[in-house]
Amino acid sequence: MEAIASVQAFTALGLGIIIGLGAIGACIGIGIMGSKFLESAARQPELTPMLTGRMFLLAGLIDAAFLIGVAIAMFFAFANPLLAQLQQ
Amino acid sequence: MSEMATEQGSGASTDYIVHHLTHLKVGEGFWALHLDTLIVSIGLGALFLWIFYSAARKATSGVPGKFQAFVEMVVEFVDNQVSEVFHGKRGFVAPLALTIFGWVFLMNFMDLLPLDYPGLIAGAFGAHYFRAVPTADVNTTFAMSLTVFVLILFYSVRAKGFGGFGHELFTAPFGSHFLLWIPNFFLNVVELLSKPISLAMRLFGNMYAGELVFMLIALLGFTVSGLDFGSAFGFFGQVVMGAAWTIFHILIITLQAFIFMVLTVVYISMAQAHH
Repeated sequence: MEAIASVQAFTALGLGIIIGLGAIGACIGIGIMGSKFLESAARQPELTPMLTGRMFLLAGLIDAAFLIGVAIAMFFAFANPLLAQLQQ
Repeated sequence: MSEMATEQGSGASTDYIVHHLTHLKVGEGFWALHLDTLIVSIGLGALFLWIFYSAARKATSGVPGKFQAFVEMVVEFVDNQVSEVFHGKRGFVAPLALTIFGWVFLMNFMDLLPLDYPGLIAGAFGAHYFRAVPTADVNTTFAMSLTVFVLILFYSVRAKGFGGFGHELFTAPFGSHFLLWIPNFFLNVVELLSKPISLAMRLFGNMYAGELVFMLIALLGFTVSGLDFGSAFGFFGQVVMGAAWTIFHILIITLQAFIFMVLTVVYISMAQAHH
């Protein structure tokens, strides 16, 4: 029982770190890119359509690492393989 | 599913999610086939081909109908994107990009269907488990990215020949001194392998996380038990959050299909470039 509780506790801490740090990184990235996009759109408005497409592409790329982290965290939250090892 | 919804407590909610994360499969271990993924992805591929084929068959040079205009818009959009990054004949690459974009978009779109409906329909045919989003299955995304990987190798060899490609593998980033062959080769292998893995994991991670968030929102419905405050909170919370996440998810599914397409074209055009 104690072993299960400690695995659960460490998993929960891990999930918090995965999602929290990932979110920090993704938000800083999106923030920097968004500010640069607005700056360049204000400086050269005629380039805005081209920049918009690339911005969305990069937004997806920046988001991806975070979302992969979220997916792994969710997987560990609902079907924890480490816990399954213990319960055999 | 309906019998699970009547249960209460945290065990029921975990069961609900685990139930929705279980594939309908035949076989065991390595040779397990995920039937739900296969059926939905092949069906959507056929649907995509049929839509574009029938639009091409009925195309007129006169005033186009709405359907034809839509298909032309998609084709032109993809062709423009490809011509921006890929220089050379795009008789194969542009249709490939269009196929990837349309197919991945349709497969991602299954995420927007109400969570329990595909399972209910499959349940009517006797299937106990059914996951409707093929791209939330790591097998689909890796199958596609490995196909892209084979194409990368094919285009590298076609543009440079076996000798040229091999020469590049050993000499590319640092130079052709024989002491540098092994670090060069190691770096090149890592670079090559990171492409299919990142392609597949990006799409899978996005779709899996999105699917799970839908499930978590659906769990709010478990709190509905009568006409009290908690039930009202659960009901309206589920409706509002479900709507919000669905609208946000429209952006994500389109974006991920677009990224998969653009990166495929970028990787293929990189494979053709000489160092």
